[in-house]
Amino acid sequence: MSATSKPKVAFYWCASCGGCEETVVDLAEDILGVVEKVDLVLWPVALDFKYHHLEAMPDRSITATLLNGAIRSTEQEEMARLLRRKSQFLLAYGSCAVSGGIPGLANQFPLEQVLRFNYEEAPTLLNEAKTRPQTHFAESGRDVTLPALHQMVRALDQVVEVDYYVPGCPPTPNITRAALGALLEGKLPPKGSVLAPDIALCDECPRKKSKPANLSFAEFKRPHQLLVDPAVCLLAQGVVCQGPGTRGGCGAQCPGGNMPCTGCFGPTSRVHDQGLKILSSLCANVEAKDEPGIVKTLDGIPDPVGTFYRYGLAKSLLRRKVTLGVNGFPH
Amino acid sequence: MSQPTEPPEWQPRIVAFFCNWCTYTAADLAGVSRLKYAANVRVIRLMCSGRVDPQFIFEALAGGADGVLIGGCHPGDCHYVEGNYKMLRRFEMLQRLLGELGVERERVRLEWISAAEGEKVKRVVNEMVEQVQKLGPLAMPQRFEGWDEELSRLEAAVAAAPVAPAAPAPAALA
Repeated sequence: MSATSKPKVAFYWCASCGGCEETVVDLAEDILGVVEKVDLVLWPVALDFKYHHLEAMPDRSITATLLNGAIRSTEQEEMARLLRRKSQFLLAYGSCAVSGGIPGLANQFPLEQVLRFNYEEAPTLLNEAKTRPQTHFAESGRDVTLPALHQMVRALDQVVEVDYYVPGCPPTPNITRAALGALLEGKLPPKGSVLAPDIALCDECPRKKSKPANLSFAEFKRPHQLLVDPAVCLLAQGVVCQGPGTRGGCGAQCPGGNMPCTGCFGPTSRVHDQGLKILSSLCANVEAKDEPGIVKTLDGIPDPVGTFYRYGLAKSLLRRKVTLGVNGFPH
Repeated sequence: MSQPTEPPEWQPRIVAFFCNWCTYTAADLAGVSRLKYAANVRVIRLMCSGRVDPQFIFEALAGGADGVLIGGCHPGDCHYVEGNYKMLRRFEMLQRLLGELGVERERVRLEWISAAEGEKVKRVVNEMVEQVQKLGPLAMPQRFEGWDEELSRLEAAVAAAPVAPAAPAPAALA
């Protein structure tokens, strides 16, 4: 056991971009306060450590693990299970761990297609031998191994039990600070809670006052198709903003920066499927009443899955393209 | 119980969301008129087709339904003026989303059926059952189970591993 009695904290990353790690650093000087109060036992992006050190620790000896990234490989699954076992609290940190995130969009395609594109077809690629990563490779008489990829991307709680969720792509420093504070002071809400306000983003949006009581969309526009008025509700300007279907807590940074909300904080507690809820809200308010008119307006949203399930396909009600079988073949 | 028999032939299960003012009343009319239609639909009465949250449709499919039928008032006849238009607009986008997610569009159908059209309830239900019968089972619960089989191996291995003893912390952790 460690000589100190400080709570042990671990940060770990799975299928992620590194942005969540960046947020921890974005705590700026506040991070010193955190480091003072805890023992960091694992943080691969910043500190050296070995997996077998972790394996040797007694079960539940880590107070809290903040895990970011989705679960796509056998290694990530193994680490998720190991950290679950060693931790009293396991927090899904960031959209990918909470709901699959951007990597979850790969659930539209068979694994074979993902590999073929990335190792054979991508225009930026030089790989004439069409080499792909192998799980085993013999080198000087030794068997070198790599983790295998799963057929689909999963959110953390689709693999192991999760105690708390910290949403965002990435979670904002204020949300991170509040989560760490709640952990260290033991002021935690009921298990399974999302550690962010349970109200839609519009509530804290600086454009809230200009949101019309009755929205009506004559057409949908993407941000590059117009000069966005920085003072007026984005929905009133025909821009697909997911604020009404997304949990607040980020301080409305995207609308504040003249860009629409894309939904990274996930839904509020009353909603099961964020994409369907925002689809419902936006589409019901299309102006046209006749089918050709409706079809024309909806053509302004050319990629429904990428728009409505930007961060949540893996945790949506159907989870992935349903015709994808267990081994990439329909079953 | 008698001898174990062959499992019964697969029959589609269809969840129907009917508007209280038109289609549900039409289904009632079909009943009192002694019209017979396929018994594969489970009707859920809502006050308006505009109340059909897309989550209801996907939850039905995810829970094992093979198809979803939505019945509302004809355009212009909605008891709440606009509800059926809201459903129609959502339906157009839902069809695109379903297509991209690999669910055949014929599994979800929207029909305007007025309170006087008991005959139409019969025709639409029978048509839909026949259509879904041709498509075969959607079987989402079974698909979910199949997808997660790739997790079960490691899960079993972890469960079988011995609990780690309280080991001295290595230098890096001290």
